[in-house]
Amino acid sequence: MKPAPFEYAAPTTLDEALSVLSRGDGDARPLAGGQSLVPMLNFRLGGPATLVDLNAIEELAFIEPTADGGLRIGAMTRQVALERDPSVRRAAPLLAEAAPSIAHAQIRTRGTVGGSLAHADPAAELPAVLLALGARVRIARRPRDGESDGRVERSLPLEDLYLGPFFTALEPDELLVEIAVPGLRPGEGTAFEELARRSGDYAIVGAAARVWLRADGACEEAAVSLINAGPTPCLLEDAAATLRGVSPTPERIEEAAVAAAEACEPAADMHGSEAYRRHLARLLTTRVLLRAVGRARERVA
Amino acid sequence: MNEVPVTARINGEEWSGRVEPRLLLSDFLRGTLGLTGTHVGCEHGVCGACTVRFDGDPVRACLMFAVQIDGHVVETVEGLTPDIEGGVAAASDLHPIQRAFHEAHALQCGFCTPGILMTIAAFLETTPDPSEAEIRSALAGHLCRCTGYHNIVIAVRRAADLSRGDPTAVADEDTGP
Ligand SMILES: Cc1cc2nc3c(=O)[nH]c(=O)nc-3n(C[C@H](O)[C@H](O)[C@H](O)COP(=O)(O)OP(=O)(O)OC[C@H]3O[C@@H](n4cnc5c(N)ncnc54)[C@H](O)[C@@H]3O)c2cc1C
Ligand code: FES
Ligand code: FES
Repeated sequence: MKPAPFEYAAPTTLDEALSVLSRGDGDARPLAGGQSLVPMLNFRLGGPATLVDLNAIEELAFIEPTADGGLRIGAMTRQVALERDPSVRRAAPLLAEAAPSIAHAQIRTRGTVGGSLAHADPAAELPAVLLALGARVRIARRPRDGESDGRVERSLPLEDLYLGPFFTALEPDELLVEIAVPGLRPGEGTAFEELARRSGDYAIVGAAARVWLRADGACEEAAVSLINAGPTPCLLEDAAATLRGVSPTPERIEEAAVAAAEACEPAADMHGSEAYRRHLARLLTTRVLLRAVGRARERVA
Repeated sequence: MNEVPVTARINGEEWSGRVEPRLLLSDFLRGTLGLTGTHVGCEHGVCGACTVRFDGDPVRACLMFAVQIDGHVVETVEGLTPDIEGGVAAASDLHPIQRAFHEAHALQCGFCTPGILMTIAAFLETTPDPSEAEIRSALAGHLCRCTGYHNIVIAVRRAADLSRGDPTAVADEDTGP
């Protein structure tokens, strides 16, 4: 057998799952879609003592519209649901646009939104796209020694989750339970594009943008994020700052793209040199900003 | 080893037994059940050879544990032709998708074929009249080292016609050896 032996728990409620994790002494690992974790176990890159299978916890799989026009997405929502659910296309079209670029269809039927965020792969689509959307994550655990009973929860801007490559602020006894995505406002537009060698491959570089235009056409707010262009999923604050308060002309957008290409920290590998990746960062940032601005203009009330 | 009880519906029949949690679904199907139609290539989700249907959706059997099918429905390539008990099938026994692959010469060594058939079975349910671009995109999660994909695309188109009962897609006579 490929993976090393482990204890298996298949809780049906969130509280049960948190209890198993808190009893695990740091050596219990959540199993979501398994599309990143199982390959690692098959190669014996790590072998937790206990696997806590989250797949039977129905309360973690949902997509719910919120009062402000946004979405609450449960951690165990399958990636394929982002393509299938019409409320995603309405409230967060960027998610629906990016989802088909995640792996292959047969991976997205199992892979989860929460699993992708927790895995913290700088080459993954969902962290970058949800960063551009200004998403927050809700995290839960059981009380530790000396804390009073009940569930302990915290909520973080997604940015604060990422500390390094494949390294997050999640503690071993914590679960990411929910992602909150703000709704698309009038005058707001988004766009996504990536370059990969073949359909289903991880992107060599990808970019996501969100632009919010005022009635006078000037940019109230902007966000740009890049995929596989640094050690963590990242927002390019310099690029966004170039656009704020000004009219997003093609010249300004080019300036923002140059800022993004300068600020990102891509590494070289067999798929592309650092210089090539910076070139792509600039090119793709230009394209997604132009498209996001075009879409925002269509939505200015 | 602490084995876990599992009950699941596999190719239309209920199966109950105990399995070790670390047993992969792909190894369970092949080793425990003898359903060796599910092939194993890369064991990390890339090649698609192990693709089966889980509650109707195509999934990688090498990235699931057998314990995870408890209470669920699994279909493998053997389930496409439930009436064939071992042995060699006559062309007339084949599922329309298998018939189309046979007729369009969409396989050479056949290693990739069972996984592709399971993906295409699910694909044609939601996309009964696919364009070539849709077919190519549906096949993207499968590696074939022999055919160059050209005849696979033709076969999927033919399978769509056969499944919809298109009379112009009536099979040629089997001229096999
Ligand atoms: C062939 C192949 C190609 C792929 N290509 C891409 C691609 O192009 N782009 C891309 O983004 N991804 C890709 N992936 C990865 C895929 O998207 C995974 O589904 C995803 O990275 C992890 O999600 P999961 O639900 O499968 O999580 P798992 O594999 O189950 O878990 C991943 C990690 O997160 C932890 N975890 C999971 N859920 C939680 C939670 N709720 N709280 C705390 N910790 C948690 C686990 O303990 C584990 O450490 C690919 C995978 C394969 C096999
Ligand atoms: S063996 Fe499962 S995808 Fe290759
Ligand atoms: S027929 Fe040989 S791998 Fe596809």
